Amino acid sequence: MNAKRVDKIATGVLYAIAALVVIILVALLGYILVQGVPEISWHFLTSPALSFEAGGGIGIQLFNSFYLLFLALLISLPISLGAGIYLNEYAGQNTITGLIRTTIEILSSLPSVVVGLFGYLFFVVQFKLGFSILSGAFALTVFNLPILTRSIEEALANISDNQREAGYALGLSRWETVTKIVVPAALPSIITGVVLSAGRIFGEAAALIYTAGQSAPALNFSDWNPFNISSPLSPLRPAETLAVHIWKINSEGIMPDAKAVSAGASAVLIIAVLLFNFLARWLGKRLYKHLTAE
Amino acid sequence: MADNKTMTTDQRNIMTFDPQAHEIALSTEDLHVFYGNSEAISEGDLQFERYKITALIGPSGSGKSTYLRSLNRMNDRIATVKGKIMYRGLDINSNDIDVYEMRRHIGMVFQRPNPFAKSIYENIAFALRQRGMNKKADLDEIVERSLRQAAMWDQVKDDLNKSALALSGGQQQRLCIARAIAIKPDILLLDEPASALDPVSTSQIEDTLLELKQNYTIIIVTHNMQQASRISDYTAFFNLGKALEYAETGDIFTNPKVDLTNDYISGNFG
Repeated sequence: MNAKRVDKIATGVLYAIAALVVIILVALLGYILVQGVPEISWHFLTSPALSFEAGGGIGIQLFNSFYLLFLALLISLPISLGAGIYLNEYAGQNTITGLIRTTIEILSSLPSVVVGLFGYLFFVVQFKLGFSILSGAFALTVFNLPILTRSIEEALANISDNQREAGYALGLSRWETVTKIVVPAALPSIITGVVLSAGRIFGEAAALIYTAGQSAPALNFSDWNPFNISSPLSPLRPAETLAVHIWKINSEGIMPDAKAVSAGASAVLIIAVLLFNFLARWLGKRLYKHLTAE
Repeated sequence: MADNKTMTTDQRNIMTFDPQAHEIALSTEDLHVFYGNSEAISEGDLQFERYKITALIGPSGSGKSTYLRSLNRMNDRIATVKGKIMYRGLDINSNDIDVYEMRRHIGMVFQRPNPFAKSIYENIAFALRQRGMNKKADLDEIVERSLRQAAMWDQVKDDLNKSALALSGGQQQRLCIARAIAIKPDILLLDEPASALDPVSTSQIEDTLLELKQNYTIIIVTHNMQQASRISDYTAFFNLGKALEYAETGDIFTNPKVDLTNDYISGNFG
């Protein structure tokens, strides 16, 4: 066979593999959306779930998912930012830095169910936080920290050293250079990383089953005092999220319309994660444009 | 042409100035630079006269950039610099020196234009604001003056809020010069500032430097010998980590005393 023929065959095979991947993805997404989208209505998105009757919604689960996401990012973002800045800007190339990097890598490959069980033993039992938003947020932080740290570190590493030199040459300290020049220049990719990790957090179930709990007690949406247990903001109440809800309906749901609720909830979850991804790209591009052009 | 009697050249062909007749802005004494265990600069002591342009020339790897970057301690984290760097009677290579403050007196422009990912205005105003200058009127004035000195005010005066990254390479480099002189340094170090630019931008930068000479002491590393002969008053030739010859630019290009210098400027190596 001549080289041209081999090349043609290889190209064909690669196209076929790529097409297969796309087909699987589109089929999966399409199936979930076709099954679920018809179930989505304003009532479905806003009303509480019902355990024994048909017609329940996912309002509280949806709120819980967003609130947990918000708290998890609130805790993990500053830590990741600090760790990323330390690793890329301050740490020298030595054994300790190497050890930290290895630890982060191991942490990032930890199965989320292990993170969940660790969260259960550590936050729920040891720290007596119970099944609560707070336990869930801490578990999600453990889950999110390594990946977010890596993505922030990479974002900073992509900023050319000549930017740092420019800062030093103007008499700026390392801290000023990092916070005022390097981090702002890396902001588009940092934000992309944060939003992508938000998508992962939003869809996470295993880490939350034993930490944030599997029940969604009724919330009083007119009470915004975080110290009241029925307040939506209360960090000590148990909070089943959307992803946990889907898992639960499918394993032990006894409401007559379990299938429909599950399909609708799955569609909402997929749409939310997709939105996070598009938002990440859009924000990153826009910020980059804002920094480089006009 | 300066009065030759006030300058003496030793056996090593390195010129020194009579301090009575020449104001020395910066000088090094017994400077050695090491990257790990290998010595990058072993003999390079020079004096730089105030309000003159001194060119450092030499083949790649001769240590001229290393020498230049040691002068405002940009090599601190990369290399070990031993010896004295005397500026206004102070050894700025000592540990007691506030490096950040020192760099406000000895500014630097790099080989590749490196504007910040900020607006043209912010590129200049940013470092000033970090040092507590917050009045809009003051900042406006300095931004305009610096851009005028860098000969680019007329081109960008309507676009001050646009991103500096949208400028052409030559304009970016002049913005970097404007940014460096905005903080009013005494001495400006330039590390091959025109090597990434086209001939037109290069000649504009050269004109700018000749203008700036009235108020700044300029030390410039260049690969381009025409450039050195066009703009500099004094020239030092580096090879293998040593300054081999230092003299008036006219002398060094017409009558080099060291054979290697002659070889280099006539294009035989490097």
